[in-house]
Amino acid sequence: MPVIKPFAILMLLLGLAFAANTPSLAQAPDAELSTLVDALGPGSFKDRTAAIDALTQTGDPRVVPVFETLAAGDLYMVKTSGKVVFIAKSGAEQALTDPVTNADLDTAAKSDLDKVKVNNSLRRTLRTAIGQLTLLSPNDSVRLAAAQSILRDADPDSLELLESAIANETDPTIKATMITARAIIILKLDATSLEQKRAAVPLVAAIGGRDALAQLSAALASAPDELKLTIQSNIDGLARDQAAWDVAQNVWYGISLGSVLLLAAIGLAITFGVMGVINMAHGEMVMLGAYTTFAVQETIRQNAPGLFDYSLAIALPLAFLITALVGIAIERGVIRWLYGRALETLLATWGISLILQQAVRSLFGPTNRQVGNPTWMSGGFELGGISITYSRLWIVVFAAVIFFALLLVLKRTALGLQMRAVTQNRRMASAMGIRTPFVDAMTFGLGSGIAGLAGVALSQIDNVSPNLGQGYIIDSFMVVVFGGVGNLWGTLVGAMTLGIANKFLEPYAGAVLGKIIILVLIILFIQRRPRGLFALKGRSIEA
Amino acid sequence: MTDLNRMIAGLGLGVAMTVGALAPAVAQETIKVGVLHSLSGTMAISETTLKDTVLFLIDEQNKKGGLLGKQLEPVVVDPASDWPLFAEKARELIAVNGVAAVFGCWTSVSRKSVLPVFEELNSILFYPVQYEGEESQRNVFYTGAAPNQQAIPAVDYLMENEGVERWVLAGTDYVYPQTTNKILEAYLASKGVAPEDIMINYTPFGQSDWQTIVTDIKNFGSAGKKTAVVSTINGDANVPFYKELANQGVKAEDIPVIAFSVGEEELAGFDTTPLVGHLAAWNYFQSVETPENEAFIAAWQEYTKNADRVTNDPMEATVIGFNLWVQAVEKAGTTDTDAVLDAIIGLKTPNLTGGVAEMLPNHHITKPVLIGEIQDDGQFEVVSETDPVGGDAWSDYLPEDVNITADWTAPISCGNYNTATKTCGGVASAM
Repeated sequence: MPVIKPFAILMLLLGLAFAANTPSLAQAPDAELSTLVDALGPGSFKDRTAAIDALTQTGDPRVVPVFETLAAGDLYMVKTSGKVVFIAKSGAEQALTDPVTNADLDTAAKSDLDKVKVNNSLRRTLRTAIGQLTLLSPNDSVRLAAAQSILRDADPDSLELLESAIANETDPTIKATMITARAIIILKLDATSLEQKRAAVPLVAAIGGRDALAQLSAALASAPDELKLTIQSNIDGLARDQAAWDVAQNVWYGISLGSVLLLAAIGLAITFGVMGVINMAHGEMVMLGAYTTFAVQETIRQNAPGLFDYSLAIALPLAFLITALVGIAIERGVIRWLYGRALETLLATWGISLILQQAVRSLFGPTNRQVGNPTWMSGGFELGGISITYSRLWIVVFAAVIFFALLLVLKRTALGLQMRAVTQNRRMASAMGIRTPFVDAMTFGLGSGIAGLAGVALSQIDNVSPNLGQGYIIDSFMVVVFGGVGNLWGTLVGAMTLGIANKFLEPYAGAVLGKIIILVLIILFIQRRPRGLFALKGRSIEA
Repeated sequence: MTDLNRMIAGLGLGVAMTVGALAPAVAQETIKVGVLHSLSGTMAISETTLKDTVLFLIDEQNKKGGLLGKQLEPVVVDPASDWPLFAEKARELIAVNGVAAVFGCWTSVSRKSVLPVFEELNSILFYPVQYEGEESQRNVFYTGAAPNQQAIPAVDYLMENEGVERWVLAGTDYVYPQTTNKILEAYLASKGVAPEDIMINYTPFGQSDWQTIVTDIKNFGSAGKKTAVVSTINGDANVPFYKELANQGVKAEDIPVIAFSVGEEELAGFDTTPLVGHLAAWNYFQSVETPENEAFIAAWQEYTKNADRVTNDPMEATVIGFNLWVQAVEKAGTTDTDAVLDAIIGLKTPNLTGGVAEMLPNHHITKPVLIGEIQDDGQFEVVSETDPVGGDAWSDYLPEDVNITADWTAPISCGNYNTATKTCGGVASAM
């Protein structure tokens, strides 16, 4: 026997609301509707489109959940009977529900069920159909969503429905959306009058951005000659705005790329810039930081999934500690024997980088590891004509925080003072009672730890694989050399300059040629100013 | 170098002597099969699976009683993703180990590097990966897709089912994407697509910053015509590309992306929920529901003792190549290269998607083309399947190749035959 659920009552109320609003939309008998729903199951995508249209024609509100389930790919057909059903997992079997009456049916094994397939064009059809069916819903947010989906697809068949919806609408925001949708449809249709179209053009242009540009460009081809000039001038205006926004967009992308470069290079600015050690294993410190994030996330996934959004916050101190310890071990074990012998240091650290890569490959496997984005780092938003993604935004913020924190450590702490003293004049510092070996180890540890922090951030935008570090080592050296060895501000300006220059070249020259041009420019620049943008003055450089 | 060769030869002699000594005890001769896939280095991720596949197939064949009454014996070497090493290892397999046939290679550059070796020593290579075409060699059988078995049907699907009029051809900067895009550009032009409706974009290997390119795609897609992206982006770079698409809100319903190098294994790396509806074109998907495929997956997972082991397109191509070779050897009654080369043309074997694969005179096979949409569980849902299409070595859409054909049967026997001038342009490829 059919069990009436709260959901069914809600649907019934919705149905009543429909009936009150539009007499043309009626509730079809169960049997008839069931036949129509079952028609969704068999056949090709074309048959399914026809079945969707037939269901939309009924105007029955019970169709909406069927459509929503279908669009999500969760609608199934029983192989033997051809009946289309909702399913829910219950034990090893699937519990089946009748989509029309919501009556519970038998259970069935998953292998007895066929998924009702959807593709992109069906999903679009469904989006419009759901929009049309819910456009008269009493719920404001449902109605707004319906108006927006009709606006996106602007199916000319929605015009009549839209007219009646606009007449009944009281909420100004929803009404405006509906009027804009109507304007787009009017521009699409041949049958509408010139006056209607003329009035529609500014409404569509008011959407702004790429969407308006797309709609007007599409309308231009079929527009009557009297209107072509107006539409073209609107398109030109929008294109001009878009071009201006594109410049701003490129600046933002440049800052974003620059902050990635800054993160990768800032640790190197300490080990190479301040200590003068050519550390080829720097990239592997970044890689270790990224793998620490992976390990933390795996632990959280298995033990406390609720903490996932805090995984990065937990990974940060751990990554700093682990990479700093590895860095100190490298300094104490290898590098301290090689101070002043640049070539040997280069070869030794390169060997270390290979060892670290292979160790990670043996430990975690050669394939990429999945590091998830916490919810606050997923997605993006539009600021005027600029699209900003959260992951990039947070990385810019993070890079800035790291930079200023490091500046503070170097200028305002005892350790920072000792570091600068040792790098400027080791023997004098030693004579003043500073334990230079300890300071060396701490400096190298600090640089490595910061590379580890960069790894946590980069794990959010790049592949976490044993080769992660190699992709950044060249760029990091480039930034430090370009900015001026031994100067943090130089690293900042260098990273931002390279980032922005790269992003302005990319649209014109392409990604491959863009990189080549940047390299050539840097070589030319270094020819003119061998010490980079901000050269240190004084004796320390010659020492 | 000479020392190394002498060492290898010595090693070979040692092995031969050991085998000779053991022979009476085994009381049976074996047929050796070479496996030339990278087991270390960057390509190891993809190629190791194919090595396992060949070992699995040999195991199955031996259970059925072997071939010509003899057991099959795999000889596995590791070319370590190092292209020149592929040629050396191929030589070692053929000259030192005396294998009857070799299954191997993944990247086009590794295939190109072994071609002269197979020609000189007259052996047989089965190559199981989709590639850019423009090649047909006497000693090589191409069981992966040629461009007309993957790229062109994919574009047709988008044109017919999605009404796409504007195209972004995005690829990694190397030979496969460049050649494929050249063919696609010519094909789209022949379908009346204006040059300003095609945007071509290349990126370096391992590109990680896709912000500008995704914005360019969005801008290109706002010209009032339905736009799609045809992606020949390879390897690692796909993950940040798809992440950026998801973050910038490019939905499959608005701008679909169809990929030729993204399979079940590549998607295993990340959450595919925002990517539902983006497409891939292959000749096989693990999700295909046929009795052959289900039996194969079950046997494979049992062999590897891993119930989560996925299958993919190059694996199916390896299976087809192996079965065709077995049939050809049985038909010829010998493993002799020339006899097998003659016998294999025209042979048929069932593929795993319910159709039949036939070896054509141009050394390519017939394959159905499947278009799949990415699902939220990382698998593909087949939305379109064609009848088997014959692989075309030389594209019909490149003006310089219109008259070129490949036919390894008498009287032509040429991989690069000009039907207009009736001359053979060379034994191997034109490249």
